[in-house]
Amino acid sequence: MDFLLSPSLMLSPSLMISLPALGRGLVYTLELAAVCLVASLLLGLVFGVMRYAGGRMLHALAIAYVEVFRNTPVLVQILWFFFALPILVNFEISAFIAAALGLSLNSGAFSAEIFRAGMQAVPKGQWEAANALGMSRARVMFRIVLPQAVRNMIPAFTNRWIELFKLTSLASVIAYPELVYSAQQISNSYFNPVEVFTLVAAIFIAIVIPASYLLRRLEARLRRSAP
Amino acid sequence: MTTDNVIEISGLRKSFGAHEVLKGIDLVVPKGKTVVLLGASGSGKSTLLRCVNFLETPTAGTVAFNGRPVGTPKGAAGERSYSDRELRVLRARIGIVFQQFNLFPHMTALENIMEGQRAVLGRSREEAAARAEDLLARVGLAGRGGAYPSHLSGGQQQRVAICRALAMDPDVMLFDEATSALDPELVGEVLRTMRSLREDGMTMLIVTHELGFAYHIADEVVFLSEGRIYEQGPPEQVMLHPKGERTRQFMLGHSEFRLPHLD
Amino acid sequence: MHYQWDFSVISDNAGLLFWGLGNTLLLTLIAILIGTPLGLAVALLRLSSHRWLSWPATVYVEVFRATPALVQLYWLYFALPRLTGLRLGGFEAAAIALSILSSAFLSEVFRGGIAAIGKGQWDAARGIGLSYPRMLRTIILPQAVRRMLPVFLERYIELLKTSTIAATVSFGDLLFVAQDISYRTYRTLEIFSAIAVMFFLVILLCSQLTRLIEHRLARSGEFTAR
Repeated sequence: MDFLLSPSLMLSPSLMISLPALGRGLVYTLELAAVCLVASLLLGLVFGVMRYAGGRMLHALAIAYVEVFRNTPVLVQILWFFFALPILVNFEISAFIAAALGLSLNSGAFSAEIFRAGMQAVPKGQWEAANALGMSRARVMFRIVLPQAVRNMIPAFTNRWIELFKLTSLASVIAYPELVYSAQQISNSYFNPVEVFTLVAAIFIAIVIPASYLLRRLEARLRRSAP
Repeated sequence: MTTDNVIEISGLRKSFGAHEVLKGIDLVVPKGKTVVLLGASGSGKSTLLRCVNFLETPTAGTVAFNGRPVGTPKGAAGERSYSDRELRVLRARIGIVFQQFNLFPHMTALENIMEGQRAVLGRSREEAAARAEDLLARVGLAGRGGAYPSHLSGGQQQRVAICRALAMDPDVMLFDEATSALDPELVGEVLRTMRSLREDGMTMLIVTHELGFAYHIADEVVFLSEGRIYEQGPPEQVMLHPKGERTRQFMLGHSEFRLPHLD
Repeated sequence: MHYQWDFSVISDNAGLLFWGLGNTLLLTLIAILIGTPLGLAVALLRLSSHRWLSWPATVYVEVFRATPALVQLYWLYFALPRLTGLRLGGFEAAAIALSILSSAFLSEVFRGGIAAIGKGQWDAARGIGLSYPRMLRTIILPQAVRRMLPVFLERYIELLKTSTIAATVSFGDLLFVAQDISYRTYRTLEIFSAIAVMFFLVILLCSQLTRLIEHRLARSGEFTAR
């Protein structure tokens, strides 16, 4: 039996058995990433706008949110939501919810800064011109400032989303059955860490590199078509 | 109380921090008239213009629009408070054209002109588009409505900006050095557009460095110096026969505006 | 529900917590000290006109930037021993993983910084007959580093946060110590909140320092040529 476990055989039978489990892990990874991507964008938009254009209270609130979640490790956030928060609210928090909370709030804080920087890069004259027409603040924000800001923000968001996608691996620490956790389970049962972890790394590479290439293409196209 | 003055400014002061830019201005812009503000850079003429539609909030004094003072008094020192809503309504009725055009770069010329009509006046898409096309034709840009600002020359952009302001059917138009950012050969087309507005009876308050143009278009010229009105009157009087020494020096300093008997 | 907070667990274990914090900082520092020169080396290889030098460097950067830090760490910790028989402790594995990771990211910063130095500077340096290493050391890097410094400091702070993954391979950093205390005392809420605050304060201090340095750089003026 020993030869079956030989690390030199990348496509060893044990790995073939592991593939479906890794596939399931990948689905969980993608699910978590998708939820966090949407949630962090919304959080970023809300807090970014609050910090950019909100009154004193909202501004302070946005700063507090961004500083707290940017200045603590995301792994600590995930573990806090998983282990500490249930004590406080007195109900069970699933690994998925804890990971999604940690990753979304963390990534949301970074996204808020991206939104803010993007909006700040829009020249002041745009506000003046829109104000001079008598447009409401909300209308200026959503029709004039944000559409222009979004274009500047795409490179930053590309990096952010790729970072977020990689960070989903941290959910393995609280036993959320995504790719890395599945890999650990498989390697524990079949003693094939070389094959499994190499394959997991390859899966990440196979997703991240094409994704960043596509996002960069999209950005270049937007820049070219930009009026 | 009715009045024929679209704008009435009284006791207007504006400070930026410790620096007082406007030191008590009284000025009226009568309906259908064109008032031109002249002065060296730093004299406060742009700030004054921007106080009229409250892009800058005056520190003290009042601006009355069609006879009605804007804002409500607050405190003893002549301060006033202005509600967002009040200013929005006011601005919709005052058109402004900026030195840097400030067109919305992500919208076509037509969309730029439609945006205010749709957002503020609540016009339908068709109505707004028709009005925009109409205005573009008037400034000689018929058929260019689909172009983005970056594909238009500076002069064309500025004419679109004028259309954007006119589309709101304003009671008065403000021009803040509307030709200063333009290449010399493009200045003429914008000035022609402004002149045709005067012929149509538009009330205008203009800040410009084009003295020849000012001379021909102004009903009244106001010369500002160090935050105060230094001299004002008909263009022949202020520009050809200035009483004050500063006005005289200013007119002399602009070689492109030749006034033979001053040489 | 009313929860009875008990912060005595923090003061009782203060020594242990600070020991953990020390380990976190030590691990980060080591990764910085190895990762930075390694990053420069990789950047220089990538900028090389020899394809057989630049190409492997590109692959190195792309692979390590595209994979999660945790996967790199697990690979070193679980897979490497099976492959080579070389057994790494948690500290060694984490230090190597974080060094490699930061070198991949920093090499991109170096590359951007070096590429941003105008051609005129290279020509001038070549014109007075400087050798390539000397040119880099005395002309190009001093200008590049000045510009890149804020980005570097930002990455170092990221690295400090990422270093928490070392706890998963039983290195006694702040996070590991916290888990250990919470298993013994069941005071999870207090402990995890406490280390969150500790991280917050340390990182806030670092980012304020970064801002101060940036500010001083900005004030002392841009002397780099384009």
